[in-house]
Amino acid sequence: MNIIVCIKQVPETTEVRINPETNTLIREGVKSIVNPFDMYAIEEGVRLKEKNTGKVTVITMGPPQAEAVLREAISMGADEGILICDRAFAGSDTWATSYTLSAAIKKLGAFDVILCGKQASDGDTAQVGPGISTHLDVPQVTYVKKIEEVKGQSMRVERMMEEGYEIIETPLPALLTVVKEINEPRLPSLKGMMRAKQSKITVWSQKELNLDSQKIGLCGSPTQVVKIFTPPQRAGGQMLKGEVPEIVSQLAEIVKDTAA
Amino acid sequence: MDYLLNDEQKMIRDLAHKIAEEKVRPVAAKYDQTEEFPWDVMKVLGESDLFGLFIPEEYGGLGTSVLSLCLVTEELSRACGGIAVCYAASALGTFPIILYGNDAQKKKYLPDLAKGSKVAAFGLTEPEAGSDASAIKTTAKKTGDHYVLNGTKHFITNGGEAQVYTVVAMTDKNKGARGASAFIVEKGTPGFTFGKKEEKLGIRASVTQELVFNDCKIPAANLLSKEGMGFIVTMKTFDVSRPGVAAQALGIAQGALELATKYAKERHQFGRSISSFQGIQWMLADMATEIEAARALVYSVARMVDSGIKDVGKESAMAKLFASDVAMKVTTDALQIFGGYGYMKDYPIEKYMRDAKITQIYEGTNQIQRNIIALQLIKEMAK
Repeated sequence: MNIIVCIKQVPETTEVRINPETNTLIREGVKSIVNPFDMYAIEEGVRLKEKNTGKVTVITMGPPQAEAVLREAISMGADEGILICDRAFAGSDTWATSYTLSAAIKKLGAFDVILCGKQASDGDTAQVGPGISTHLDVPQVTYVKKIEEVKGQSMRVERMMEEGYEIIETPLPALLTVVKEINEPRLPSLKGMMRAKQSKITVWSQKELNLDSQKIGLCGSPTQVVKIFTPPQRAGGQMLKGEVPEIVSQLAEIVKDTAA
Repeated sequence: MDYLLNDEQKMIRDLAHKIAEEKVRPVAAKYDQTEEFPWDVMKVLGESDLFGLFIPEEYGGLGTSVLSLCLVTEELSRACGGIAVCYAASALGTFPIILYGNDAQKKKYLPDLAKGSKVAAFGLTEPEAGSDASAIKTTAKKTGDHYVLNGTKHFITNGGEAQVYTVVAMTDKNKGARGASAFIVEKGTPGFTFGKKEEKLGIRASVTQELVFNDCKIPAANLLSKEGMGFIVTMKTFDVSRPGVAAQALGIAQGALELATKYAKERHQFGRSISSFQGIQWMLADMATEIEAARALVYSVARMVDSGIKDVGKESAMAKLFASDVAMKVTTDALQIFGGYGYMKDYPIEKYMRDAKITQIYEGTNQIQRNIIALQLIKEMAK
């Protein structure tokens, strides 16, 4: 199987600080990691390869240091890493990002499945995976919690719902976004880490991908971030004490006062 | 302190650290309580290639070094001294094959041990032969192309769980220490059973069990080196494995220091953190200094072993002696900093003190280490 995994480098924190003037994330002093949801995508890709033979290619778009996440994926068993890196891609929103990633996937040639984490822990949009499938015009199944079986040119998966799950059969090639219930990512092996250290990472810029400047980076991004902020913390609630009838009348008084 | 580790050594240490934090620490208390062998952790260590560290590349390992083995043992011991010894004891059981095995023996046993799909153990100690290893009574009698083993080994780490055992037995009782030979014995060989499983004070995640040989017939091809080499095999094995015990002690001490420092910052008495009291600060400072001195010694000796220097007995003994005494002192002081809470099982620190004690005893008591050091000193003086 030809398996492609799209991953993202994110800051290792759930409390991202924001620069209020530039409306961008403050990355200084925060360690970068593989987006936690993408770890499940890498693991699932490697498991698919182990079961069905094939090749796992990992792709990321980001600054030169994003190479580190590709090496981490290789240490877990991926075969090759591709870094999409160019100043021209800076400021991409999810549309421009998924467009650029889909161009790289096209350049790679035929594939059977693309795996993505369900969303990134920094932006939380969950749009890039579906965006790639749209640009490539292949079916997408989001929130996959289990790959039941791969048979020839189709795949049967379980898709997580709020209550229960759906069983979906999709033709291949297809794009899946995965949730954390799908597997437990392995730790890297020493041999894998050594291989990762020696691996050559392919770097593709705008030129290699032959992309129109109007469709990438800030120019190609219809989303405009007007303001970004951390919501103010909610003030603590008020606890009412006493027997139920007392509390009820107290509550009624408060509601009346507030309404007035 | 910067020990000028190379990139590969740093990578090995960091991986072991990650495994220790993610896979070992969360289960340390559970295995301490149940005394079950932590096969799930062994599987992770195997998949991460850590069992292959000390095994030559041509036999499926990574052929790195004793220093790397020490780095891994230290990191695992920071989280659990018991789980770390399951790993280190497999190295101890494997070293005789690496050092004295012939090509066929290495090809047969090392690849599985490198993968961690099999675990090894070393069988020397007997009820009447502890520090006086020359008093062993287990015999190996040659009959045709077989040896027949009879006797009992006890206090064997990984006993019952390991699949590959290196066992020392007497082939010629009249020759004393020179009549001992080393053999490879596989679990499942008829006549090879397991006896009493010990209940221990510490390192309870590791299994310590008797090996019982009752007319156990093994192929003559399982003899390591030559007849009569048993004690040389043992001594040379200990020379390279003792830095590992020292590293275990070092890791236990380091783990205890970290817990004590954290607790001292969190615990408030008399309206302030107890870490603001000089009495506590000086204890922490002494603990940290002693650990650093032990680490410098352990790493230096491990590097000496890796350099191929032949005679490392004295230095190996020094590392084991010093690091284990430091571990006992540091863990005792760490518990003291925890006060009454430290004495309770609800807190992790008492386990460190229990785990530390064994490092002063096994692979040669610290009194035996002093004998080794003193004898070598006198020998050097006589040259």
